[in-house]
Amino acid sequence: MPDLGPLWLTLGLAASTTAILLLLGAPFAWWLAQTRSPFKPVLEAITALPLVLPPTVIGFYLLIALNPTAPIGAFWVTLTGDTLTFSFAGLVVASVIYSLPFMVQPLQSAFEAIGRGPMEAAASLRASPLDAFFTVAAPLSARGFITASVLTFAHTIGEFGVVLMVGGNIPGRTKVVSIAIYEHVETLRYAQAHVLSAVLLIFSFLVLLFVYAANKRYPVHVG
Amino acid sequence: MSAEHLSLNVKTAFDGFDIDIAETLTLDGATAIFGASGAGKTTLMRSIAGFQTPQSGRIALGDEAWFDSAQKINLPAWRRPAGYMFQDGRLFAHLTVRGNLAFADQRSPGGQYARDHIVDAFALAPLLDRRVTSLSGGECQRVALARTLLSRPRLLLLDEPLAALDRKRKSEILPYLKDLPQRFGAPTLFVSHDIEEVAQLADNILLLANGRVDAYGAAADIISMLDLEPVTGRYDASTLLEGRVAGHDQSLRLTRVALGGAIITMPINDRLADGDAVRLRIRAQDVAIATTKPEGISIRNALPGAVHAITEQSGTAFAEIFIDIGDACLRSRITRASVADLGLAEGMPVYALIKSVSFDGRLS
Repeated sequence: MPDLGPLWLTLGLAASTTAILLLLGAPFAWWLAQTRSPFKPVLEAITALPLVLPPTVIGFYLLIALNPTAPIGAFWVTLTGDTLTFSFAGLVVASVIYSLPFMVQPLQSAFEAIGRGPMEAAASLRASPLDAFFTVAAPLSARGFITASVLTFAHTIGEFGVVLMVGGNIPGRTKVVSIAIYEHVETLRYAQAHVLSAVLLIFSFLVLLFVYAANKRYPVHVG
Repeated sequence: MSAEHLSLNVKTAFDGFDIDIAETLTLDGATAIFGASGAGKTTLMRSIAGFQTPQSGRIALGDEAWFDSAQKINLPAWRRPAGYMFQDGRLFAHLTVRGNLAFADQRSPGGQYARDHIVDAFALAPLLDRRVTSLSGGECQRVALARTLLSRPRLLLLDEPLAALDRKRKSEILPYLKDLPQRFGAPTLFVSHDIEEVAQLADNILLLANGRVDAYGAAADIISMLDLEPVTGRYDASTLLEGRVAGHDQSLRLTRVALGGAIITMPINDRLADGDAVRLRIRAQDVAIATTKPEGISIRNALPGAVHAITEQSGTAFAEIFIDIGDACLRSRITRASVADLGLAEGMPVYALIKSVSFDGRLS
């Protein structure tokens, strides 16, 4: 039986990343869906960068930005006494950036699909914009929220390159499943690699099945 | 309750289309905003509601400014005590009918009528637990109207409330709309491009053309200015006649309709069967008049009748002649010069020459 520690660490990382991205990504996606700012395409392009860049590029820049001699890294050390690089907190920061498009893009298209109509209707019924967001826009985009959260969670679980560069391979701190598998294969412990790989494979399939099934069941709200 | 006033001064320009509307409306009953598409009706309504911001001007209900470019006042839509009913209802798809009504009720300052009262008035009790996606067009508009009323607005804005409905559904909603000002004390502004709708609902009419106010006044006065051509883009005065299908001529592709004793022929309508009751519309401008039975003429429908009344439209070239054809009265629009040439007078026997007839619906 292989050590299941990396599995729990991975789930913790994916859950924290999804929670943080929900809080940051939803308002950002809402803004993108509503704005007529000329900077919108710029921000959309930046958001989509993690989709096209090799994980090593993101990992490399994050390593530079988060290391204790850089301003952000140093600030974190004075704040918490721990470094961002080669720590769980650093992995969360890296994952938030790496998984950003998986949260923002489905939410943005869900918000855009709603259009201005229901929000104007809510305003004419005396609902403030914040009230209308939570009572009209969010429930109407429920499917977008589910899709975005599930994809973000699943994508974070599948990370390898960024995690390896920013977090290394420290058991209990930064050794997530994908890295554990890599290590098992490198050291020719195929049995353990098999178990963890199968767990990831089945989990990923179930997640995608859930997303597609949910999209089929509620085809109305998200375009 | 003395009537409130809505001061409008809306200036805006976009895409080469500019709007400059200035008028103070007396909010007494229902006011129709009437005009051709592109006249600025919807822009005006959306500006009053706060969904769009005019470039300059002032919008105020009584002393309360909702928008004032000089004083930099621009109340957001949700703070304006105006209820907006959209053409397509815009019910919230994630809520039931009950949920939609509660949404409005919970956010309203409360008012003279209770939620149950509205549910009864609009006969919504059987619909309360339905999902809004399962409602028919007419039901949808009834719920939308009830929802708008439940936010207890001081001003009701209805954007073409009947446009999305067919004739039958319209007749379902119309009685509710007629009742609004009296029953719920809600002064109403509604947009329409249908003169019949306006005639049925409006106490006052604001006539818009090309982004300007063309006329404003009591409905009867405005409607009697019959020359609405520049506004509607066509002359709309017409007669509705009810008759029965009396057969088809398949080779000439014609349908015969019996109106009392007279027979009218029109291009064939295959969906109609013999004996079907139908309603025909004949526009006044499509009816010419002859004093003798015409011969050698392409017009097929010449109905004998007698002049019932003549209304000359001063300031225009036209007069309207009402011709009694037995079971009904046809309207005809001819020039005043023709009236004089033919020596038309009340009671005179004439032939009504009908250039074209349109089929307006089957009566059940």
